[in-house]
Amino acid sequence: MNPYNYLYVAGLLFTIGAVGVVVRRNAIVVFMCVELMLNAANLAFVTFSRINGTLEGQVTAFFTMVVAACEVVVGLAIIVAIYRSRRSASVDDASLLKR
Amino acid sequence: MVIQTPEAIMFWFLAPLAVLSALGMLLVKKAVHSALLLAWVMITLAIFYIAQDALFLGIVQIVVYTGAVMMLFLFILMLVGVDSSDSLTETIPGLRPIAITAAIGFGGLLTSLIGRATLGRSPVGLSQANAEGNVQGLAVLLFSDYVWPFEVVSALLITAALGAMVLAHHQRTVARPTQRESSIARFRLGNLSSAAGLPGPGVFARHNAVDVPALLPDGTPAPTSISATLKARGDMLESGQFQLDVVDTTVVEEK
Amino acid sequence: MSTSSSLVYLIALPLFGAATLLLGGRRTDKWGHLLATGMAASSFGVGLYQLSEMLGRSGEERAVTQKLFSWIAVGNFNIDAALLLDQLSICFVLLITGVGTLIHIYSIAYMEHDENRRRFFAYLNLFIASMLLLVLGNSYLNLYVGWEGVGLASYLLIGFWNQKPAYATASKKAFVMNRVGDMGLSFAIMIAFATLGTTTFEGVQEASHHASEAALTAIGIMLLVAATGKSAQFPLQAWLGDAMAGPTPVSALIHAATMVTAGVYLIVRSNFIFDAAPTAQLLVVIVGAITLIFGALIGTAKDDIKKALAASTMSQIGYMVLGAGLGPAGYAFAIMHLLTHGFFKASMFLGAGSVMHGMNDEVNMRKFGNLRKFMPITFVTFGLGYLAIIGVPPFAGFYSKDAIIETAFNAGGVKGIILGSVALLGAAITAFYMSRVMILTFTSRGRWDDNAHPHESPWLMWLPIAILSVGSVTAGFLFTRGDALVHWLEPVVGGHHGEHEEFLPALVVSGLALTAVAIGVAIAIVKYQLSDVDSIAPEKVSALTRFVRRDLGQDAFNEAVFMRPGQSLTKLLVASDDRVIDGAVRGIARVAIGSGSALRKTQTGFARSYAAFILIGAIVLIAGIWVVTQ
Repeated sequence: MNPYNYLYVAGLLFTIGAVGVVVRRNAIVVFMCVELMLNAANLAFVTFSRINGTLEGQVTAFFTMVVAACEVVVGLAIIVAIYRSRRSASVDDASLLKR
Repeated sequence: MVIQTPEAIMFWFLAPLAVLSALGMLLVKKAVHSALLLAWVMITLAIFYIAQDALFLGIVQIVVYTGAVMMLFLFILMLVGVDSSDSLTETIPGLRPIAITAAIGFGGLLTSLIGRATLGRSPVGLSQANAEGNVQGLAVLLFSDYVWPFEVVSALLITAALGAMVLAHHQRTVARPTQRESSIARFRLGNLSSAAGLPGPGVFARHNAVDVPALLPDGTPAPTSISATLKARGDMLESGQFQLDVVDTTVVEEK
Repeated sequence: MSTSSSLVYLIALPLFGAATLLLGGRRTDKWGHLLATGMAASSFGVGLYQLSEMLGRSGEERAVTQKLFSWIAVGNFNIDAALLLDQLSICFVLLITGVGTLIHIYSIAYMEHDENRRRFFAYLNLFIASMLLLVLGNSYLNLYVGWEGVGLASYLLIGFWNQKPAYATASKKAFVMNRVGDMGLSFAIMIAFATLGTTTFEGVQEASHHASEAALTAIGIMLLVAATGKSAQFPLQAWLGDAMAGPTPVSALIHAATMVTAGVYLIVRSNFIFDAAPTAQLLVVIVGAITLIFGALIGTAKDDIKKALAASTMSQIGYMVLGAGLGPAGYAFAIMHLLTHGFFKASMFLGAGSVMHGMNDEVNMRKFGNLRKFMPITFVTFGLGYLAIIGVPPFAGFYSKDAIIETAFNAGGVKGIILGSVALLGAAITAFYMSRVMILTFTSRGRWDDNAHPHESPWLMWLPIAILSVGSVTAGFLFTRGDALVHWLEPVVGGHHGEHEEFLPALVVSGLALTAVAIGVAIAIVKYQLSDVDSIAPEKVSALTRFVRRDLGQDAFNEAVFMRPGQSLTKLLVASDDRVIDGAVRGIARVAIGSGSALRKTQTGFARSYAAFILIGAIVLIAGIWVVTQ
C-alpha cells in the first residue's frame, strides 16, 4: 500500500464537506461540514509529513486545529446570537444581503 | 519505507467507512445524527494520524475535536433545539444540480491531480524524525522555529474566547420583570385561563410522569403542560386513561 | 543700466486716484474729478522730472529701470514686475500724462452735467495707469498686463453710457475684436518664451541675434496681429468707428492720441525682431498701406463728425505702421508722427466735442455749417489741427507725414514706388475729407436744426484745446530741428545706417505731397464750399459711394466670414457635446446600469449560493493547475 491513498481519502472528504456547505441549510450542519473540510486538510498535512520525513506538516496541522477551535467557538456564538434574534438556524433565513 | 500489512488492512477497512459516514452527514435529516457521524469521521482520522506516526496529533484530535469541539456542537444543538430537522428539499432552484456537478468535477480533478503528483522521491517515513519520540520532536519545532506563530495563536485563542463571550452576551434593554409584575401582567391579559400560568405536568393527575399531560380543573388534559420536545418527538402519552370520571364544570360567580 | 526708485509713482498716482474714486463711491462725487485731474497732473510732473534727469545723462545711459517685485519664479521661468524708462517710453509717458491731463481738465466741464462724472474720471485714471504700465513694462509680460488694462478701460469708457443698447454693443464689439489681437500678443509671448527662453525686451533682443528666423517671423507676425487689434489696423479695424459711442474726451484720449497707438509702440519696441524677420516686416508695411487708404476712404463718406475723425485716426495710424514697417529708417518717423498726431488729433476731437457741446450734442456734419462766427476759438484751434493733419508747412503733420512718405519712396525698387504712391494718394484723400469736415462744419452755409443755438464753450474746455493746438503747430518743427527726435531715439531703435540711395530728393517729395494735398483741398472746396450741401445725405448716389458709406463692407465681411460660421460652429459644438461627449458619459452609465442589473441576478442574498460560487471558483483554480501541470 502507498501513503498516497490517504491523500485520496482527504480529497474525497474535502469534496464532501464542500458540497455539504452548499446544499445543507441548517447553519450548524454547514458549520460541521466546514470542520470536515479542515480535518481533510489536516489529514493531507499529516500524510505529507510522513512522506517527507519531517515534522513540519504535523506542526501545521496542529496550528490548523487551534485555529479551527477558535473558529468553532466564535462561529457557534454567532449562530446562537442569530438564533436568539430570528428564532431560526437556517442559513437561508439570513438573506438580508439582497435587500 | 514499507507499509505493513496491518496498516493496509486498517486503512482499507476504515477509509471507506469514513467516506461513507461523511456522505451520510450530508444525507441524514437530523443535525444530531450529522454530528454523531462527524464524530465518527474524526475518530477515524485520529486513528489514521496515529497510524501515520503522528501520535500527538491523534490524541489531540480525539481530545480537542471529538471531545471539545463536537461536544460544543451538540451543546449548541441542544440549545437551538435538538428536534430542528432540516427539510432536504432544495429551496434555491438549480443549486443542487450545480453543487453535485461541481462536486464531481472538483473531486475528479483533485483525484486526478493527486494521481499525477510526484514529490520527487519515495516516501521517507518518520522513524528518523520521531527518533526521540513524536511529542519531543514536535515540541522542539514548536518552541524553536515556530515559537512566534505559537504565541500569536495563543493570542488568537484568547481573543476568540473573549469574542464568543461578547457575542453570547445578551444585553437587557428593559429591567427583568419581577414576580409581582409578571403576575399582574398575566391577569391583565383578559383571558383568565392563562392567569394561573402553565400547569405543571401531572397536576390533578393520577400519574406524575413527565410524558403525561396535566389535567385541567374541568378534567380535560392540558397539552401545554408537556415539554415541546417530547411533543415533537411524539413521546406524549394519551392522558384519557388517567382522566377523572365526573367533574362539576359549573362555575358560580360570586357577586 | 541705472535704477530709479521714482518710476513707480508714474503709475501709482493715477492708480491711487482710480482706486479712491471707485472704492470711495458717491462720497467722492464732489471732489473726485479734481483728485483725478490732480493725479494725472502729478504723474505728468513725475514724467517731467524723469525727463530732466534723463537729459542730465549721456546717450547710452539714459535708460533707467526699477524692479518692483519678483512676480513669477517657477524653475527657470523668472519674471520680475519691473519698469523700464528709456528714450522711447519717455515720449509716451509725456504724451499720455500731458495730453491726459489736458483732457482731464476738459472733461471737468464737458461732463459737468453727467451724474456719473466721478466714475468717468475713475476710468480715465485707470486708463492712464494701465497705459503707463504698458509703455513702462520692461518685458512683454508686463506690457501685456498694461495692454489688457487699457483694453478694459477702453471697454468701460466706450460703454460709459451703457444705458443705450447700441453703445453697450459698441463696447462689446471693441472688446471682442481687441481680444483677437490680445491672443496674438499672448501667442507671441509664448513663442518668445519657448524659443528664446525669456520675455524681457533686453533678453529677447539679446537672444534674437542667434535665434532662427522662422521663430522670429512667427513672433513678429503674432505681434503684428496684436498691433492690428489694438491700433484698429486692417483686418481688425472695424471696432474703431463704433468706439465713438464713448464720450468725446475718451475718443480724444484713448481712440486718437494714446491707446490706439499702442500697436505702433509694440512694433517699434520690438524693432530687433522685425529687423531680423523681413517677412514679418513686409507684412507690417502691407497692413499699414492698406489701412491708410482704407481709413481715408471711409473718412470721405462719413457724415458723423466723430466717425470721420475716427476714420482719419485709422488712416493716420496706418501711416505710422507703414513707417514702423520700413525698418530703422522709419521707426523714428513713425514715433514722430505718433506724437504730432497725438497733439492735432486730440485737439480736433476736443474741438468736435466743443462743437457738439454748442449744438445740442448733434454729430451730423450736414446739420452744421457757418459755425466759425459763433465758435471762433474752436474754429481757430480746429483749423490749426486741420492744417497740421493735411500736412501744410510749417505745421506738425507736414514734417512727420512728409518724412514717412519720403522714407516710403526710399524703401527702394518697386516696393518703394508702390508704398510712396499709396502714401501720396492717402495724403490727397486725407486733404479731401478733412477739408470736407472743415467746410461742412465751419465755413459753409448754416443748416442747423431749428432749436440749435450755437455758442462758444467755457474756458475750461477751450483752454486745453488751445494748448494742444500750440503743440500741433510747433511739435513738428521742434522734433525735426537738427533731427532731434531721430537722435534721441537712436539708442533704442537703432540708427539709420546703410544709407539707401535716395529715390527722389526730399524737396521733390514735399512738392509732390503738397500738390496732392492741394488737389484734395481743391476738390473739397468745389464740391462742398462752392456748391450747396443738403442737410440730408443724398440717396441717389453711385454704388461705389454706397459701398464706402457702408465702411467698405467691413462689418458685412466680418459677419459673413467670422460671425455666421462661428455661430454655426458653436451650434455644432453644442450638438456634438450633447451627442458625443454627453452621449459617451450616458452610454457608460447605461452600460454600468445594464451590467449591474444583469449581475444583480446572481446576488440572491443566500449564503449558500455564494458558497456555490466559491466552489466553482475553486474548481476553475484547480482546473488551471491541472492544465498547467499537464
